[in-house]
Amino acid sequence: MAQMPLRKMKKNQSGTITAVKVGGEMGRRLREMGLVPGTVITVQGRAPLNDPVALRVLGSTLTLRNNEADFIEITVADLATGD
Amino acid sequence: MAAKTQIALAGNPNSGKTTLFNHLTGSRQHVGNYPGVTVEKKEGVYSGQNEKVHIVDLPGTYSLTAYSVEEVVARDFLVTEKPQAVINIADAANLERNLYLSCQLLELGIPTVLALNMIDAARDRGITIDAGRLEELLGLPVVPIIARTGFGTVELMERAIEVARTSRAWQPVSISYGDDLDNLLIEMERLIETTAFLTDTYPPRWTAIKYIESDQQIIAKGQACNPELAAELSAKVTVVADHLRQTMDTYPEAVIADHRYGYIKSILRQGVLRQQFDSARLFASDRIDMVVTNRFLGPLIMVAVLLGLYHLTFTYGKPLQDGLNTVFGWLGGRVDQLLPAGHLKSLLVSGIIAGVGGILSFVPLIMLMFTGIAVLEDSGYLARVAFMMDRIFRIFGLHGSSVMAYIISGGIAGGCAVPGVMATRTLRSPKERMATLLTAPLMNCGAKLPVLALLTGTFFTQNKAPFLFMLTLLAWVVALLMARLLRSTVLRGASTPFVMELPPYRLPTFKGLAIHTWEKTWQYIRKAGTVILAISILLWAAMTFPGLPADTEARFDRQRQAIAQTYPEGTPQFNQELGALTAARNQLALENSLAGRLGLGLEPLSQMAGFDWRTNIALVGGFAAKEVIISTLGTAYSLGEVDPEASASLSQALAADPAWNPVKAMAVIVFIMFYAPCLVTVACIIREAGSWKWGFFSMAFNTGFAFAMAVTIFQVGTALGLAG
Repeated sequence: MAQMPLRKMKKNQSGTITAVKVGGEMGRRLREMGLVPGTVITVQGRAPLNDPVALRVLGSTLTLRNNEADFIEITVADLATGD
Repeated sequence: MAAKTQIALAGNPNSGKTTLFNHLTGSRQHVGNYPGVTVEKKEGVYSGQNEKVHIVDLPGTYSLTAYSVEEVVARDFLVTEKPQAVINIADAANLERNLYLSCQLLELGIPTVLALNMIDAARDRGITIDAGRLEELLGLPVVPIIARTGFGTVELMERAIEVARTSRAWQPVSISYGDDLDNLLIEMERLIETTAFLTDTYPPRWTAIKYIESDQQIIAKGQACNPELAAELSAKVTVVADHLRQTMDTYPEAVIADHRYGYIKSILRQGVLRQQFDSARLFASDRIDMVVTNRFLGPLIMVAVLLGLYHLTFTYGKPLQDGLNTVFGWLGGRVDQLLPAGHLKSLLVSGIIAGVGGILSFVPLIMLMFTGIAVLEDSGYLARVAFMMDRIFRIFGLHGSSVMAYIISGGIAGGCAVPGVMATRTLRSPKERMATLLTAPLMNCGAKLPVLALLTGTFFTQNKAPFLFMLTLLAWVVALLMARLLRSTVLRGASTPFVMELPPYRLPTFKGLAIHTWEKTWQYIRKAGTVILAISILLWAAMTFPGLPADTEARFDRQRQAIAQTYPEGTPQFNQELGALTAARNQLALENSLAGRLGLGLEPLSQMAGFDWRTNIALVGGFAAKEVIISTLGTAYSLGEVDPEASASLSQALAADPAWNPVKAMAVIVFIMFYAPCLVTVACIIREAGSWKWGFFSMAFNTGFAFAMAVTIFQVGTALGLAG
C-alpha cells in the first residue's frame, strides 16, 4: 500500500481515492463525477502531450488536467503493477 | 401545446436524454431559450393513448448546484414551474454516478420516475440491475429502457403519467450526512420552518443543505427574503465548516457528496447491482481509444478526420452554395428585365434578392457542417479531440474543443465563420467559449480568399502560393494571441475545470442527426435572416442614395443619346461606348452616395494606412459580405460588373493605379483579414453570445485592431522604402 498523488500514477495503474483536497467549483466538479474517497480509479492513458489524463471511474472514462489531478490523493495496492 | 400534463426530463449529459426526448416527441418539438440565458429550452408533445403530455427536456447536468447556468436553469424550472413529474434518465452502465443527480431530485421531493437507459449496453458489460429491488429501495418507479429503439418507453410514459396524475405534495427524502451535519441540519430546518424562510419555493431541509454547500443563488435569495435569519444560518454553517476543517481537513460540501455516494452505494449493494466482469476489463470503446487517442496515431487520425469533415462540407456544400447564388442571380436578372429602371427595381435586385440570397446561400454549408459536427459529437469523437488538443489551447486560455470552431471558420483556408461561431456551442466552459467565438472570425474564410488572392496575385506575383499559406498561419497566430489577450482582459478569470467525460463510442442515429441539423439550420434562417435582411437594405440604401443630381443625370442621358445616334444599336462599338458610359455613371453615383461620402470623409484618417476613398467604400461594402469588396472596388474603378472569380480587369486596374503599391496592398490584406466580421457572422455572434454588446464589441475591437496593424505596416513599409 502506498499513498501518491494522481499525477504520479502510471498508465494502467489502479488505486483507491483517499482524499479530494479542494472545495469550490473544482471540488464540486470532481465530486459530481464520482471522484470521492473510496472510489477505485484506473489510469487509462494520457493525451499526446502528457496532459490531460484519462481515468476509468465507475464504468465511465473521465479526463482531467494534471493540475486538477493534483488535488486527488490515491492509495495504490502495489507500486510494481504499472508498466 | 394545450397539453395539461407537464413532465420534465432530467439526466446527466451522455445519458441518452436527447435520444429519449426525440423518441418521445418525434418532430413535434419546439426549441427556444430560457429567458436571459443562451441555454436551449426544448419542448415537445408526447401523444399517449388517452392524452397528450407536454415534455420539457432540461439541460444535461451532473448535479443541481448553482455553478453552471445549465444547473441553475434546470433547478429553477423544477421549483418554479413544478412539473407534475420528472423522468430522471440514467445510464444503466454507469448507475452509481448517475444516481448522484437522482439523490438530489429525491431530496427536492419532486415526483420522479427513474429510467434506466441503455440497459442492453449495461448487460453487454456484464451488469445486471434488479429494477424491482431498486424501485423498492428508492421508493419510486424504475423502468429499464433502450431509448434508441424505444424499448420500455411506453411503460415508462404510462408510469410517469400515473405519477403525474396522483398529484401529491412533494415528499423530500432525508439522507443522513453524519452526526456533525445532521445536527446542524435539524437546527437549521427548525429555524427555517418557524420563519417560513423561502418555504413557498424550496423544502426546508433542501434550503439548509444549500446553505451548507454555500450555494450562491440560494444565499442571495435568502439575503433578500430575511437578512437576519440568513446571517444566522450562514454563521451556523461557518462554525461547523471550521470544525470540519480543523478536525478532519475537509469541506462541508465534500462531506455531503461523500454521504450521497455512501447512500447510493448502500442501495446498490442491497442486491440491486451485480457486476459479472472485473471493472478494469477493456470494452470495445476502450480498444478503439487505444488507437484513436494513441500518442502517435491519435493526432494523425485527428488531422485526417478534421480535414475530411472540412473537405466534405466544402466539396459538397460549395457547389450547392454557388448553385443557390446562381438561382438568386437568375431571379435578380429576371426582375431586372421585368421591372422598369428605378429605385424599386434597385431595391428588389441589389437589396432584397441579393441580401436574402446571401443568407440562404449559406444554408447548404451550415447543414452539411452541422451534420458533420453532429456525427462527431454524437459518436463521442469530439470529446477525444478536446482531450488531445487541450494542452496546446490551454496556453491561450482556450479549451481543447476550440480547435473545431477555428478549423470550420477557415483555420484551413476557405471555411466560414458562420458555422464556426455556431459550432462553439459544443463548448461547456463559458469564458473559453466566448473567447473562441470572438476570435474564430479572424480566420481566413472562403469569402476573404478571393480578395486576398486578387491582391496577392496583383502585387506578390512571384510567391503567390507560399504567400497565401503564410496568411493562413498569420490568421492562426493572431487568433490565438487575441484569445489570450481577451482571456486576460475582458474575459479574465480562472479556466473552467476541464473535468469531462469521454463517452463510449456510439453509432449516431439518423433521426438524431436529422433533428439536430434541422434545428440548427432553422434557427440560423429565422434569427439571422431578419436582422441581416434589414441591414442589407440599409447598406443598399447607403450605396444608392442620394443618387446623382438631376443635371448630371441629364448630361449622361444626352451622352447616351449621342452614342445611339453615332453608332447603330447592337454593334460592338455601340455596346462598348454605352458600357463605358454606364460604368462612369455608376462610379459617380457611388462616389456621391452616402457610402461614397463616408469613404471620402474617412480618407484623412484612412490615409494613415494608405487607403483612398475607393478602398474605403469597398471595405464598407465588405461588411455585408467580404466578397462584395471586389465588386465594389470594380464599381469604384468604373469597370462595370466585376465577377469575384474572374477579376483580371480589376487586377490590371489596381496594378496601373499609382495609388497602389505592395506596401499598401499588404496593409489592405491585413485589414481585410482582421476587421469587423461580416454581417451574417455578427448576427451569429450576437445570437450565440446572448447580447448585442458582444456583436458591437467584435465589430469595434476587430476594426480598431486591424486598422492599427494596417497603419503600422503602411508606415513602416513606406519608411523602409518598400513602396517602390
